[in-house]
Amino acid sequence: MVEWTEFERDTIKDIFSKIDYDVVGPAALTRCLVVYPWTRRYFGNFGALYNAEAIMGNEMVANHGKKVLHGLDRAVKNMDHIKESYCELSQLHSDQFHVDPDNFRLLADCLAIAIATQWGSAFTPDIQAAFQKFLSVVVFSLGSQYH
Amino acid sequence: MLSKQEKELIIEIWTRLTPLADRIGAEALLRMFTSYPGTKTYFSHLDITPRSAHLLSHGQKIFLALAEGSKDIANLMTNLAPLQTYHAYQLRIQPNNFKLFSHCMIVTLACFMGDRFTPSSHAAMDKYLSAFSAVLGEKFR
Repeated sequence: MVEWTEFERDTIKDIFSKIDYDVVGPAALTRCLVVYPWTRRYFGNFGALYNAEAIMGNEMVANHGKKVLHGLDRAVKNMDHIKESYCELSQLHSDQFHVDPDNFRLLADCLAIAIATQWGSAFTPDIQAAFQKFLSVVVFSLGSQYH
Repeated sequence: MLSKQEKELIIEIWTRLTPLADRIGAEALLRMFTSYPGTKTYFSHLDITPRSAHLLSHGQKIFLALAEGSKDIANLMTNLAPLQTYHAYQLRIQPNNFKLFSHCMIVTLACFMGDRFTPSSHAAMDKYLSAFSAVLGEKFR
């Protein structure tokens, strides 16, 4: 089981209470699709994804970004049972969506960067570290049911 | 690879931020040490506490090397030869750490630039730092 300090627990709750899901979710997914173009392979039915402008203006990307960010809510509410919380989603990403789990790490990095652009210096090294630790647990959990 | 537009974006960012080279470099290092404590093992001979003189001077050194490299990306292999040798034979840094530093440098740039660090800038910088890291690790084995 993952051990969390009080600072880490407070930081995670604080981040998710303050971020605008409608901004950060789309921003994170957009960055992932722009910076790591191979991730577009999973979104064949999303229409125009051929360059940064198309991706940034794509409504399906924006909506999916919000959905993905809300997908982290269960981890925020259940920090002591993150792996169990993602069993089903992990199976789904493996058996139905066939997503290479190494890409979860890339999306997580893009999420940290999206928040950094919003928060500036308020996204301190300590806050970043807590957030990256949280994301790495989620990433691990999402990959846990692959076989 | 990097398009002409991407190269211009990269040069513009490094040039504009050069006056803050020590602060940005130091912050990127500090972020890396905080998120990835294993990276501190390479700095046991320095004082890497926040705002220390060592951290600022080392941060500046790295920033300026990255800025300089961006001016002539086509010849990174030649221009980085001395740094390649140094990192491979003397420092012997596990190459995965270059990725960790690159990520923290990008987070630092995002904090400084806010929305001006657009997805296109982000992509260009990520590609440049990957190329730089790859060249740096070329001589390892």
